Amino acid sequence: MSVLVVAEHLRGRLRPVTLELVSAARELEGPTAVAVVARDPAAFADALSVEGVDEIVAARVDVDEFENDVYRAAVETLLEERRPEVTLVGFTVDSMGYAPAVAAKLDLGFASDVFAVRHEDGALVAERSFYGAKVNAELEFPGKERVLLMLRPTAWPAAGGQGTPSMSEVAVSAPASRARHRDFVEVQAGDVDITTADFLLSVGRGIGDKENLPQFEELAAKLGATLSVSRPIVDAGWMPNSRQVGQSGKTVTPKVYLALGISGAVQHLAGMKTSGTIIAVNSDPEAAIFNVAHYGAVADLFEVAEELEKLL
Amino acid sequence: MSSRGGEPAVKVAVCVKQVATLGDEVEFTDDERDVDPDFLDHALNEWDSYATEEALQLVERAGEGEVVVVSVGDDDAEDAMRRVLAMGAGRGIRIWSDGLTGADPITVARALAGVVREESPDLVLCGVQSSDSVQAATGVALAELLGLPHVAVVTKVSLGEGAATVNRELEGGLVDVVEVDTPCVLTIQTGINEPRYATLRAIKQAEQKEIEVREPDAVGEPAYRVRRMFVPPKGEGAEMLDGSPTEIAQRIKEIVQERLA
Ligand SMILES: Cc1cc2nc3c(=O)[nH]c(=O)nc-3n(C[C@H](O)[C@H](O)[C@H](O)COP(=O)(O)OP(=O)(O)OC[C@H]3O[C@@H](n4cnc5c(N)ncnc54)[C@H](O)[C@@H]3O)c2cc1C
Ligand SMILES: Nc1ncnc2c1ncn2[C@@H]1O[C@H](COP(=O)(O)O)[C@@H](O)[C@H]1O
Repeated sequence: MSVLVVAEHLRGRLRPVTLELVSAARELEGPTAVAVVARDPAAFADALSVEGVDEIVAARVDVDEFENDVYRAAVETLLEERRPEVTLVGFTVDSMGYAPAVAAKLDLGFASDVFAVRHEDGALVAERSFYGAKVNAELEFPGKERVLLMLRPTAWPAAGGQGTPSMSEVAVSAPASRARHRDFVEVQAGDVDITTADFLLSVGRGIGDKENLPQFEELAAKLGATLSVSRPIVDAGWMPNSRQVGQSGKTVTPKVYLALGISGAVQHLAGMKTSGTIIAVNSDPEAAIFNVAHYGAVADLFEVAEELEKLL
Repeated sequence: MSSRGGEPAVKVAVCVKQVATLGDEVEFTDDERDVDPDFLDHALNEWDSYATEEALQLVERAGEGEVVVVSVGDDDAEDAMRRVLAMGAGRGIRIWSDGLTGADPITVARALAGVVREESPDLVLCGVQSSDSVQAATGVALAELLGLPHVAVVTKVSLGEGAATVNRELEGGLVDVVEVDTPCVLTIQTGINEPRYATLRAIKQAEQKEIEVREPDAVGEPAYRVRRMFVPPKGEGAEMLDGSPTEIAQRIKEIVQERLA
């Protein structure tokens, strides 16, 4: 199946998800073209000359950073001119900003947060989950000649090796952006760096109340662990963003990640699933965190925490 | 954002979804294309309570205006709409036809578009994603169908004249400050505000608020079709630690000591 991958870049660097998309494209057996929407697309040619890329398509535009109107116009033009059967983009914040618009406009087959793709008898099949990641589904796209898929980051390995893609160009005339990039604001550094810890005790919404937090700070101290949290704890203002594990927080790879009361949402897993040993305590036996954990316990986290404290 | 002959100063449409949650048991429908509805509970999508709060605050800051809640769902979905009405939204519009069960996000956007266009709000707020199906697609698809500018994954909004300045939160927490022309569609991220609780009185009053029921315009062909749903194979999975909390704690302590050694 002919595949078009849309490269992602931020502040002059190719984002890692792009090479993962190339690996997924290889499973569809190509030919695979990678489109680069940038002021200077050639700057990314080296990084994209990996095995599995047959062609790099330069779409020259007038902005340095992502703007959704520019990507929308460029990808629409690419799809209309090249008519790839499958278009692959990352399930990332940038792509969330324009890919569903392209799919709606061109009436494409569409699915997001896809973690497996294949073709069966010439028809595309994609897999994603539903109902809080507790069930999976195979999706098909009847009647759609073109399909756009947003693929889950880290679900495929990054493509490597040396490729010798051909280079081409597509002229795009992007309209004036109605949503304009103005500035970047960096994340504030926190009191501790959770990315360097060997042992993280990580708590989620399961701890229930802010009043319960000190108990886990004490437990972490006794264990010799650093306390980290899932997003709801930061959203509630109980802990600073610097302690947050996940897609919009930090990516961590401690030797041990002990998760209490964390369900295992895709954006949380993105930040911790490559930890050395993952231990999860959750009262819900079907919690998605057990799919990535090495050790799991279906139990009340407060009871386990109390007993753990007694042992120290 | 100016007053138009007695019309409210800021009119915000909020799109909300009643999400389905699955407990620890699941069975599928006979065709295996969805979960048996008997196994599902329902709630207001977490992201949509933040979108509602943001809409209410924007209207409060403007001093004048209206929040209209729009939802695609069967009559059960009115529970979620009532919650939003109890938070302070003025009225609701529910859109439904039988073909919309389990609809993909592009189809849902098509069902929303006609009604939202008729309302011609100054601002349309959606959540970033629905917690049950994690599409993160409906809001931006809707923006396209309405021909409106849009920004996805927003953690701050300030309205100006003819444009808004918003924070878009990228991976790793990096913030992209974006200036977006209005009217526009924004998809709202959790943590942007602190959603208010409805008082008992407000919940009572919300029972009296109007929810108009509408049929969608033609929604076209679905963007995908579910061929089969299934419980994910456990694979190697986690080694489960059984026993009392004391025994579990003991095992955790041993595993930690061994791995850190
Ligand atoms: C663009 C984007 C970026 C995001 N980035 C991140 C991110 O960086 N990090 C992140 O964490 N999330 C992120 N999220 C949010 C993510 O989708 C989830 O909403 C979040 O991870 C849920 O956190 P949780 O597991 O703590 O809460 P929940 O999903 O509410 O889970 C709580 C768990 O606690 C369990 N529990 C409750 N009580 C007990 C008890 N007494 N004992 C044992 N278990 C109990 C429950 O069974 C449940 O599984 C992001 C979302 C979006 C859209
Ligand atoms: N059935 C629906 N009715 C109204 N709004 C919806 C519906 N489904 C999704 N949305 C909106 O789109 C957002 C993102 O949902 P999704 O694209 O399904 O992840 C939600 O937070 C809602 O604002």
